[in-house]
Amino acid sequence: MELEGIKSIAAAIAIALGALGPAIGIGLLVSKALEAIGRNPEAASKIQTNMILGVAFVEAIAIYALVVALIIKFA
Amino acid sequence: MDKYIPIPTVYPEKIFEIGGFVVTNSLISSWIVVSFLILIAFLIRKKFNIVPKGLQNFFEVIIEQILNFTEGMFGSRKAAEKYLPFIATIFLFVLVSNWSGLLPGVGPIGIYEEHGGHTVLVPFLRAPSSDLNFTLALAIITVLSVNVFGIAAIGFFKHAGKFLSFKSPIAFFVGILELISEVARMVSFSFRLFGNIFAGEVMLVIAAYFVPYLLPVPLLALETFVGLIQASVFAILAAVFISIAISHHGEHTEGGHV
Repeated sequence: MELEGIKSIAAAIAIALGALGPAIGIGLLVSKALEAIGRNPEAASKIQTNMILGVAFVEAIAIYALVVALIIKFA
Repeated sequence: MDKYIPIPTVYPEKIFEIGGFVVTNSLISSWIVVSFLILIAFLIRKKFNIVPKGLQNFFEVIIEQILNFTEGMFGSRKAAEKYLPFIATIFLFVLVSNWSGLLPGVGPIGIYEEHGGHTVLVPFLRAPSSDLNFTLALAIITVLSVNVFGIAAIGFFKHAGKFLSFKSPIAFFVGILELISEVARMVSFSFRLFGNIFAGEVMLVIAAYFVPYLLPVPLLALETFVGLIQASVFAILAAVFISIAISHHGEHTEGGHV
């Protein structure tokens, strides 16, 4: 198989697998946060802030996978 | 399908050169964004009322929201006001940069050039935050500023003591990890913003060629939302890292509450 074809497949696999974990992680995070808000509506904004913070950290991992995919494809 | 689809490139395209300094289309775009923001600032200053209305009212709402939010994070109004210029500048600059990529004309208007055998479209303008140089520069500035704020707030030795502590082997190891995580923050800041905005641009172009006139509409709405979220995430994370840096080691930072 030619190099260009293999590069495309590699980039696709990199981002596909790399986005799987963070997606599940964010789902867990947000579900727990929503549960906590449901139990304690007064602390909603505290919980929300910390949730956004956690989501940003988890999403960064997905971005690392995206970076690797871009590097494979374009460099 | 042999039709040429002008998908944005990972690197920004050069428009012209001034004595060796390459001016790219995203650089021109960011100059326009900066002049727009400065223009608005001067406009508001010229007609400054004690009871705000119109444009001034709009921006006072934004500043008030940011102040209340960071007050909950830092714990004191004084600290929130001290770091407000930095945080609000980052928020407004990134927000307007993100949204400027959605304006009509930014992206499609350009000239065709020959690159390596085939013709490509070189756009005149492009969202600044879709350029890795822009986001990396902002990320480096943010991480450096967080450290400078930390040194200014609690002194050089206390701040350095967070990274290089000889109290116990575990503390030393944790300090080295903190140092590495500073670099990781630079990477994650820059690539989070770059990845979101660049991927949005590519998605919009492909959608426009796939189902013209219809498909880009919901995607433009999504991109507007994503631009707002990414700007606020950048500013919120900067605020959180500042609040961690200015807190004394071992103290708990205030949980955010509005």
